[in-house]
Amino acid sequence: MAQPLRETRLDPERVDFYRKLLHDMLLVRRFEEKAGEAYAQGKIGGFCHLYIGQEAVATGALAAVRDDDYVFASYREHGHVLLRGTPPGAVMAELFGRATGCSAGKGGSMHLFDAERNFLGGHGIVGQHLPLAAGAGFAVKYRETDQVVLCFFGEAAVNIGAFHETLNMAALWELPVVFIVENNRYGMGTALERAAAVWDVYRRACSYDMAEEIADGMDVLAVYEATRGAVQRAREEQSPTLIEARTYRYMGHSMADPIHGHYRTKEELEEQKQQDPILRLERRLVTDGLISEEEVKEMDGEVIAVVEEGVRFADESPDPDPSELYTDVYAD
Amino acid sequence: MATITYRDALNHALREEMERDPDVFLMGEEVGVYQGAYKVSRGLLEQFGEKRVVDTPIAENGFAGVGVGAAMVGLRPVIEFMTWNFALLAIDQVVNSAAKLLYMSGGQLPIPIVFRGPGGAALQLAAQHSQAFESWYAHIPGLKVVAPATPYDAKGLLKSAIRDNNPVVFLEGEMLYNAKGEVPEEEYLVPLGQADVKRAGDDVTVVCHSKTVSVALKAAEKLEAEAGISAEVVDLRTIRPLDVATIVGSVHKTNRCVIVEEGWAFAGVGAQVADEIQRGAFDYLDAPVLRVTGADVPMPYNKHLERLAKPSPDAVIAAAKKVAYLDGD
Repeated sequence: MAQPLRETRLDPERVDFYRKLLHDMLLVRRFEEKAGEAYAQGKIGGFCHLYIGQEAVATGALAAVRDDDYVFASYREHGHVLLRGTPPGAVMAELFGRATGCSAGKGGSMHLFDAERNFLGGHGIVGQHLPLAAGAGFAVKYRETDQVVLCFFGEAAVNIGAFHETLNMAALWELPVVFIVENNRYGMGTALERAAAVWDVYRRACSYDMAEEIADGMDVLAVYEATRGAVQRAREEQSPTLIEARTYRYMGHSMADPIHGHYRTKEELEEQKQQDPILRLERRLVTDGLISEEEVKEMDGEVIAVVEEGVRFADESPDPDPSELYTDVYAD
Repeated sequence: MATITYRDALNHALREEMERDPDVFLMGEEVGVYQGAYKVSRGLLEQFGEKRVVDTPIAENGFAGVGVGAAMVGLRPVIEFMTWNFALLAIDQVVNSAAKLLYMSGGQLPIPIVFRGPGGAALQLAAQHSQAFESWYAHIPGLKVVAPATPYDAKGLLKSAIRDNNPVVFLEGEMLYNAKGEVPEEEYLVPLGQADVKRAGDDVTVVCHSKTVSVALKAAEKLEAEAGISAEVVDLRTIRPLDVATIVGSVHKTNRCVIVEEGWAFAGVGAQVADEIQRGAFDYLDAPVLRVTGADVPMPYNKHLERLAKPSPDAVIAAAKKVAYLDGD
């Protein structure tokens, strides 16, 4: 089990990498804030699950893979697809249900896809995309390439059968899949402790003799290091890993749900925000003299401009033509 | 032409398609070392090795999803369910993943996969192992549903299903594996979506598929011999897409129709066929369309009760006489 990195001095030679991580987390944060606003304005319909608070997990993990690796995620996946490089406009347009969206307006918030960038969803049934990720891993092994599959899901998914069926097969068949549990402590409004007999999620890996990692999911560098090791294991030894990243979501389960209330207190939320992953990295960079507060502001301004441009693109994009209702049901 | 069993016809289809396309693989419970619970995959492990004939744990939801995931990145999996009864554990992967990924990705992800295995009523296997699921899957846009009745159709349709770029639910008749029939030596395909007139006739159309084709053919012989009624037997072969033109065309000729299926009546395959007929042949009908289905009960174990629960030639004969107004009522 990897211990969370001690907050030692950062390596000045890697300043570009650290800045990229900060930039990426800011991009996700600002995008999600805009998505929240757009939802309130009625521009986004249905369920909309925001990622605010959890940015370090996708950012750290996705910094550890190659462009040709495969990524699967749950329905809380706006950040993941953005970090694969899908333009913010195409993601926002999908949330708005527009023809220019990354799923042509047919998937929405929960079903973002970008096959060209090997981002394979966007899946709305809890835990049911784990077998799909193992299937991509099976295909990698079948084709004898050295790609790796990352599969993100929440801690509540570890209680469904598909989790166990998939981890068993991935270990049995030695599939190059990294399973990343984003433990944000609540499955909707049910605390992990009220839903699971075993509270240390990473310990479940031992049932399948699988490698395990635990990472501070509010520390982007800890997530990066844990994932980097797991990806290396997958790529070189074709061996899967279960990573538990302990994180926290600031918003309600979806935009339709309360931020706090019966299941968690406002005080708990405020306390967690003290561990904010963006502020933590920013503070470290500033303390170590690797970025100035001015530069952070500038970076943030640029990110906000990019996101606002994405919103404008989505706003100006057309709805799908009515004829699209019946396309894409069957392939030729 | 060689005379082979339905089981061997399926085996030959798998073998030929795996020889033709290295992206095709077979995965399921007992498909490899054990040679298949029903021996459909006999010899495939020896020919293609463990990489392409993959034994799985008993984890239907899991390995069905593994198949879908492999199809998402371009392989062409054939997923065997030991029987379709166990596939209920995997129906979410079939319905929510396989059938919908193309649509909800805006056309980015075709899913070329075949889910296959035996279904339908068996012999004294009781309620949990003896049922027909055609209508469940046929309900879902994005799926194709195939249920062949003969070795010829089984081979030609399975080859087409494997080459199709969509998820295909391929329901084999558990009671048909030993059925024999003529199959050409040379390669052939049977296209999906085409019904087949298994017996031409003029007086009544009997629509059927899978195991009920033999029930309908037996009934047709007796109807001809004992009542002078000439029945046309239309085998759907593919449930979705449904070959409406062949069904409606036949009813235009006979003006009467009986629909036979092993599944339950409510929202069954026959309900959809009857709906097409009332629209496509309204002015041609001389009698209401009748249906012969499995009894509306879980399958009983007792063999006498079980016989009563399945569609029989006598039930088809009675229905055909009724639509011909020859039932004496």
